[in-house]
Amino acid sequence: MIKVGIVAYGITPFTKDDQKIESILFNSVKNLFENNPEIDRNHIDAVLVSTNNNSKYLSPILSEMAGIQPKIAHSIESLCNSGTNSIVSAYSYIASGLADMVLVSGAERYDSPGQILEWDNSRGEFKHPIFWASIFTKSYKREFCISDEQLALVSVKNHKQAKQNPNALSNKTFTIQDVMNSKKLTDDLKLLDCSRPCTGSASILLASQEIAKKNTEIPIWITGIGQKTTSAGFTKNLSLSSMESTKLAGSTALNMANHDIKDIDVVEVHDAFSVCEPMALESLGFSKLGSGVSMIKELYETNNFKINPRGGLIGAGHPLGATGIAQTIEITQQLQTNATNRQVNDAKIGLVHNMSAAATSSTVLVLEK
Amino acid sequence: MSFESELLKGKFCIPQCVVCKKIVWPPTEFCNHCFGQVSIKKGDFNGKIIEFSRQNEEYFCLVEFEKTIRVIAKILQIPEIGQIVKISKCGISNGNYFFYVN
Repeated sequence: MIKVGIVAYGITPFTKDDQKIESILFNSVKNLFENNPEIDRNHIDAVLVSTNNNSKYLSPILSEMAGIQPKIAHSIESLCNSGTNSIVSAYSYIASGLADMVLVSGAERYDSPGQILEWDNSRGEFKHPIFWASIFTKSYKREFCISDEQLALVSVKNHKQAKQNPNALSNKTFTIQDVMNSKKLTDDLKLLDCSRPCTGSASILLASQEIAKKNTEIPIWITGIGQKTTSAGFTKNLSLSSMESTKLAGSTALNMANHDIKDIDVVEVHDAFSVCEPMALESLGFSKLGSGVSMIKELYETNNFKINPRGGLIGAGHPLGATGIAQTIEITQQLQTNATNRQVNDAKIGLVHNMSAAATSSTVLVLEK
Repeated sequence: MSFESELLKGKFCIPQCVVCKKIVWPPTEFCNHCFGQVSIKKGDFNGKIIEFSRQNEEYFCLVEFEKTIRVIAKILQIPEIGQIVKISKCGISNGNYFFYVN
């Protein structure tokens, strides 16, 4: 199989701006080519667009706006993990030999229709994600005797780290008390426990080994991919305090990369809500069940940015179609020692965890220098 | 007669495959195991509260029926984990299913 590397990336600030989806998409592509003017757009074989936006024909539109005439052009949607699904598709085109260079661009507006899965009638009237998150949170707290204050530290940590991310939606730090005193959404969820939908875009350029080496001095290789979809409906989750799809996707990705979880130096996990971060860390194997919050506390107290250095979804914001790509860009920057104030020391191997619809579907990527 | 046509009348039924007898949830026309036709089983089913939370003064809970079907339902009393409940009201409003248990 042909080795696949990350050659270049571009990203926009995450905001609450009211912009057209086509413009949002274009802005991160423009940023990518401005940062890498040597890349020949005539060599791009495929343009993949990741979004939940309902606008049509976005990949050909983006291609035309960016002066690209690709062989392959289409959109990919899978709710919140559309971004890493698009990267996996790009990887597959290159690894199979169908393409040598693929541009993946993800974007979303603050009012994305991807926030609600209308199909899932088993949720009754409770279709907004805060309801599955409340059930997860209650169950996690009950099973492992975890307090609201312990979970609030996830938000405190990720807002602190987002302060070092110039593209993050949040530029504020908060205390545990601030999180506890923020608007109560349910008995188990405060406003500051939640990631916020926003407007933003992220683009990444993938290439085969031969082409990657011609276009960048520091390619970052995708060495592991794992994906698992256990269902579409939230109520099919057998466990409400762990993430089965994440566990299976993580194991597959690490096996493909021939690494153990202990080898991973820096991680982006899908902290859509506070409880998701410890649940994801435990399901990936970074800590034992119920111990994720202890790991998070230790990282916070030692100012260690290993988990969610860009501030996660809670700190950076969550433009659904762009999130998985932004997470992958962060790990790329970390491995290239290019993450400025967020840099994790001596990061050689990184992991991206991106999921959809109450962890019914997960993607895990392993990246290496 | 389908799960949704009965739900519209305020009746909660169990969707079941006529061929392999598997309970099919969420309700669909065909079984996701053998692709057989899905019919409905009528009855007065007991559910068990798996988890719950509260928004403002309203409790909502995850309730399991027949060890297979799980729905999020409203409950007017303070719920308990493991509590046995029955559907007291259900239907479809603005395209969304809704369920009450007590």
